[in-house]
Amino acid sequence: MAHTSIPASLASACDDVRPATAADTVAGIQPSLVAAPATTEQASAVMRAAAALGLAVIPRGAGTKLHWGYPPERADLVLDLTRLDQVVEHAAGDLVVTVQAGVRLEHLASVLAEAGQRLALDCAARPLPSGPATAGTIGGVLAAGAAGPLRLRYGTPRDLLIGITIVRADGTIARSGGKVVKNVAGYDLGKLFAGSRGTLGLITQATFRLHPIPAAAAYVIVSCDSAAACARLVSAALAAAVSPVAAELHLASLAGPCELAVALEGDHDGVAQRSGMLADLMAVQETSHVAAVASQPPAWWRSAGGAPQEGTLIQVAFWPGKLGSVLTGIAAAAERAGLDPVLRGSAGSGVLHLSVPRSADPARVAGLVASLRAALHDRGSAVVQHAPPPVRDLVDLFGPVPSLNLMRAVKQQFDPDRVLSPGRFAGGI
Amino acid sequence: MTQDVATLAPRLAAICGKDAVITDPLELATYECDGLTAHRCRPGLAVLPQTAAQVADVVRVCAQENVPFVARGSGTGLSGGALPAADGVLIVTARMRAIVEIDAESRRAIVEPGVTNLAVSKAAQPYGLFYAPDPSSQQVCSVGGNVAENSGGAHCLKHGFTVHHVTGLEIVTPAGELTWLGDGTGLAPGYDLTGAFTGSEGTLGIVTKIIVKLTPIPQAVTTLLAAFETTGQGGAAVSAIIGAGILPAAIEMMDALSIEAAEASVACHYPQGAGAVLIVELDGPEQDVLAESAAVRQIAADAGAFEIREAADPDDRAAIWRGRRAAFAAMGRISPAYIVQDGVVPRTALHDVLDRIGELSAAAGLRVANVFHAGDGNLHPLVLFDDSSEAEAAAAEELSGAILDECIRHGGSITGEHGVGVDKSKYMPRMFGPDDLDTMQLLRCAFDPAGLCNPGKVFPTPRLCGEVPGVRREPHPLVTSGQAELF
Ligand SMILES: Cc1cc2nc3c(=O)[nH]c(=O)nc-3n(C[C@H](O)[C@H](O)[C@H](O)COP(=O)(O)OP(=O)(O)OC[C@H]3O[C@@H](n4cnc5c(N)ncnc54)[C@H](O)[C@@H]3O)c2cc1C
Repeated sequence: MAHTSIPASLASACDDVRPATAADTVAGIQPSLVAAPATTEQASAVMRAAAALGLAVIPRGAGTKLHWGYPPERADLVLDLTRLDQVVEHAAGDLVVTVQAGVRLEHLASVLAEAGQRLALDCAARPLPSGPATAGTIGGVLAAGAAGPLRLRYGTPRDLLIGITIVRADGTIARSGGKVVKNVAGYDLGKLFAGSRGTLGLITQATFRLHPIPAAAAYVIVSCDSAAACARLVSAALAAAVSPVAAELHLASLAGPCELAVALEGDHDGVAQRSGMLADLMAVQETSHVAAVASQPPAWWRSAGGAPQEGTLIQVAFWPGKLGSVLTGIAAAAERAGLDPVLRGSAGSGVLHLSVPRSADPARVAGLVASLRAALHDRGSAVVQHAPPPVRDLVDLFGPVPSLNLMRAVKQQFDPDRVLSPGRFAGGI
Repeated sequence: MTQDVATLAPRLAAICGKDAVITDPLELATYECDGLTAHRCRPGLAVLPQTAAQVADVVRVCAQENVPFVARGSGTGLSGGALPAADGVLIVTARMRAIVEIDAESRRAIVEPGVTNLAVSKAAQPYGLFYAPDPSSQQVCSVGGNVAENSGGAHCLKHGFTVHHVTGLEIVTPAGELTWLGDGTGLAPGYDLTGAFTGSEGTLGIVTKIIVKLTPIPQAVTTLLAAFETTGQGGAAVSAIIGAGILPAAIEMMDALSIEAAEASVACHYPQGAGAVLIVELDGPEQDVLAESAAVRQIAADAGAFEIREAADPDDRAAIWRGRRAAFAAMGRISPAYIVQDGVVPRTALHDVLDRIGELSAAAGLRVANVFHAGDGNLHPLVLFDDSSEAEAAAAEELSGAILDECIRHGGSITGEHGVGVDKSKYMPRMFGPDDLDTMQLLRCAFDPAGLCNPGKVFPTPRLCGEVPGVRREPHPLVTSGQAELF
């Protein structure tokens, strides 16, 4: 679309505005322009100009999850936030960091590691068409609400976020929270924006609580011949006095063995003692399985929800104690649909990911999603994070959404003209 | 809104039963303030529903009649959040006290809003679980109030605040609709309205059920008491502990004046001559706690502690905590009146801010006792004054404000856990700009366009929500009633 002319108001709002190319496609929709502001103020000026021009805006970080959700109803301008790439302040003594939205998690991790600290968000990395694999940018991970195995101990991004700077659809810059871990002054807009998928405003800066990198870590790994046995072991590991920070499972095929890995962190002696204890306990629980203690996670650990971009990725969330029946429900749903998804997930936290290859028959995938929802009732959800167009056409990606009318009212207040990622989110928000 | 709310009594009685509606002025006086007694207002009437459906019906009547309503839990709030409206209905959750379900395998409980914080932990105990957020008022305060205030406690340094332990809320919206936010998983599709609602101080609706996370009771707990000559030394020890990568469950500090008051009140027998005591509680697997307690002892000694005590059994632990728990109430022993502040500063600024509080206190000629959650920089300066002197009361108020300014100047907050309520709304513009406050109130407008739910709290000036299609067609009620600038 090289013929697109750049509106003067946009060009004066930001020093980097360019025509979009095929590489800027958003879930199959081709935008016409890309703007890459270098500061929150520039981002605000771009939003003001875009509002005046009536452009629909799609915020973008590294682009690892841009294919999530519905395709936008309209997409005129991609707002590339990767030039906001500064670690603004690392207050090591306070275990707090303030970062701009475009900073990649890997870069932030290397800066924090110099002080022996980390942001306890271990989202899976994803290869990109250009450049190395990345877990994404701070803004993108926040907007997607993405988390990894450590969620068992540290939760999701909203649990670590203590302050946020946003730019509204009309260009207004606003802050909430702050840079102290304990703070209840005013509404906590960070909670609202975490997981909002770019539909309420741009996230341009965020402040997080940090944690020390533990002196030692160990992984107790066991392979079970049934999902039921695996569920019993997860339950035993969580009940034991070993303080696991993650409990992940992996089934390459629903017919095959269920691999379980439980992570323990702390000081050297403590971890050594607890991992030994846990391995023994697992052996007693399920005598046929031998648990190994390793200093590194299994190879599949980092591939959380590792569906190839082109396939279908379904997130199943449930009350953690129901793991056994959920695993049975998933197996039954998959068998009924005639599919054999790869199953990965944070068993101890009540979240699993099913990946189905692109080649799968769309009607079968839709059937799988419907059966999963029926099995979960109202105490859980099956959300299709991303799916190829033929599947997208057949399923409601988000399923039933509690209080959708309130969510619509929130969207209406923040983005009355529906210019921010319109139609991408739950209920077509 | 000049209509007398008392005329609603028969309609509310038809919903909740006659004995659940209070109109007698003397009885209503019980509800005229919360834990912050400086603000008082007798409610138009009070109602004590027993079910969520009754709450919804009551709210619907209020919405129809344009009558403001305020939720009240146990009334222990310290910012006037539950201050009633004279022309409004106070909805008290005291009769909604059922623990609906405990799913020990999922480590979740569903409770009604009037259940006390401690009752949840007691109910969970047989399963080896507890409810982690533990405000000092936990014997009386309600979980509904905790959600509204996003309450913390001494142990939230490690275990997190209320918002980290709530995964679903059943609420009655300000329009009177009963609905669920979240489904207990923490991952319900759509916006995280559970998170956004938590800490909204009763201004977005009334909570009628709460799904909370339960936490395994730690295998081992040990409590250390370290006595220092100065708060500076104590503060240095706090920094060194955190710097060593140790995350205690709690780190609390008291200065000389608060120790003096606590000794006078509960004879806690803290080490003689201490200018500051530090209470450090460690919990977790036994081996880890042992290693950490040895490290903390060493760090405290290096920072100048002249006496260190350690308590590993529950009775000894309670003895150490006795002085700290009594600290607020104990001020009555050494001063006719006091103001509790709740400012927060980055932990590394503790030393500077404490020095500055000392200077401000000397300049104002008023004593300030310091009790604080040192691990997360949450100060509770207690400004002591004689309330029989109007001048001294005014000076105390001014000194409190100056302390909050100091917190803001260091990048901190005007409130760490007590909330803004009516008490600190005037300080909000010192911490946030007009655009920040305006943006926060978009959320308010989404939930409560008519501005009837706990009006006049948190924000110094209400945002007029504008025309909301299908909700309200007439001009904003605050405008027609001429009250827009009242709040
Ligand atoms: C001695 C003492 C010690 C304290 N220690 C701590 C502490 O360590 N940490 C801490 O955080 N706080 C502390 N507090 C403050 C107070 O106990 C907490 O804020 C508590 O959460 C309030 O609960 P409550 O049930 O008393 O609420 P109330 O005072 O009745 O109400 C507080 C707010 O919640 C709203 N509300 C109540 N119920 C509902 C509901 N069902 N739905 C919607 N909104 C509702 C009210 O409208 C009001 O705005 C202390 C108070 C005292 C008196």
